[in-house]
Amino acid sequence: MAQYLISVLTDAPVEGNAEEAAAIDVFNAQLQADGQWVFAGGLAWPDSATVVDGRGAEPVFTDGPYAESKEHVIGFWIVEAPHLDVALRLAGQGSKACNRRVEVRPFLSE
Amino acid sequence: MTDVDAELARVHRAEWARVVATLARRLGDLDVAEEMAADAFATAVERWPIDGVPPNPGAWLTTTAHRRAIDRLRRESKREDRHREALMLVDTPEPPGAIDDDRLRLVFTCCHPALAMEARIALTLRMVGGLTVPEIARAFLVQETAMGQRITRAKAKIKAARIPYGVPFHEDVPARVAGVLTVLYLIFNEGYLASTSDGDPVRDDLTAEAIRLTRLVHVLLPADGEVAGLLALMLLTQARRAARVSADGDLVPLGDQDRAAWDRGLIAEGHALVRARLASGQMPGRYQVLAAINAVHTDGPHTDWSQVVALYDQLTRIDPSPIVRLNRAIAVAELDGPQVAMAEIDGLPLETYHTYHATRADFLRRLGRGAEARAAYDRAIALTTNIGEKTYLTHRRDEATGP
Repeated sequence: MAQYLISVLTDAPVEGNAEEAAAIDVFNAQLQADGQWVFAGGLAWPDSATVVDGRGAEPVFTDGPYAESKEHVIGFWIVEAPHLDVALRLAGQGSKACNRRVEVRPFLSE
Repeated sequence: MTDVDAELARVHRAEWARVVATLARRLGDLDVAEEMAADAFATAVERWPIDGVPPNPGAWLTTTAHRRAIDRLRRESKREDRHREALMLVDTPEPPGAIDDDRLRLVFTCCHPALAMEARIALTLRMVGGLTVPEIARAFLVQETAMGQRITRAKAKIKAARIPYGVPFHEDVPARVAGVLTVLYLIFNEGYLASTSDGDPVRDDLTAEAIRLTRLVHVLLPADGEVAGLLALMLLTQARRAARVSADGDLVPLGDQDRAAWDRGLIAEGHALVRARLASGQMPGRYQVLAAINAVHTDGPHTDWSQVVALYDQLTRIDPSPIVRLNRAIAVAELDGPQVAMAEIDGLPLETYHTYHATRADFLRRLGRGAEARAAYDRAIALTTNIGEKTYLTHRRDEATGP
């Protein structure tokens, strides 16, 4: 079994609506029932982010997201899947549920 | 070429994919499978001229490659579980009714939709086709190192993302087969109408390879109508190869080709495939309709354009894209004249497609609108990258006289 990060992408500052939230709940319940659920969550807007660099003597804090980009991550799932075809299928269902594009990325194994 | 050399070449063509595919399943690693298969063939090149060709060359190669792989894994395994860690490729359980052929798994893995299209093409030619990296690089006029990296990156993604080594989920099969056919058709088309301006207008190595690979997929999926359709389409296109380029390197349009130069054997084979699909009574997909169109073109001394238009009507229902409508208009021009056809292509959103302008130019020339025709030819010449097409269009432009 491998784990995959399914990131939810958006380029518009539009919050999820009730219909999307309901579809996400159904999808989450399905993941849990099928034993594929690891974790999931929604994120606040990127302008709430703080960049921290703790490599020096004192940590340095910077307001704002690390990279200004047109598209950003507003939520994610971590799922358990035997291989990419299963992860892609889950990603397709997740994308439909939250009504946004998603990106699938494997965790490093070993 | 000695008998042994000829036999080596034949066995390489016939057995490469099977050796790689079998090893990939046993070892669970595409990279090692490829390397060991290449190693086994290199051993054959050394041994067979001395020892003679073994009675079952395919089995000899698989066994040789397998032993090498085991030796290597043992050598490399520092820890006990290292061996098991080599099982990177995920062997998916066989869905009931699926054809259990390792080569089919290999094809689906190489043509996986999570890989970039150019990676799928390169990987398929390397892993299934057995072409060397320098051969593939030359075919696509890419630097050898760049092509090597492209293949290495694709293999790394297969490993890291755990792209499965297996046949797709039952409900994904039609889409995944369509994806495989796209790869094969792109290889064929790159050979048939090379997009590079500094090479030959036709790359026979690529068309031959595409046909060989499609034959293999047809053997593996004999009931799939679209696979049969694509194979027929390629055969009927390739049948006209000898008549397609003139002595001065011009591409010769269908109507001007010397039909006596067409390959009767390929035409008969293509027609038989098309007939078998028609007899199946199943709804044809796009490749089957395209094959049927090419069957009409290669049937008898003249093309029956009313049949071609009817088939394009059918294709438009499957795929109403502007390119299909453009091709339909070319047939309409033959049936109802360029005036009618011109009305069909006006306003198609194909401003950057050279064939659109070449088609318009041809219609305008036939309508005696010389100045507009020349302008359209110029636009087409500027947009095409194929050297044979450029020459042909330039000649045609110079023939379009008058206001």
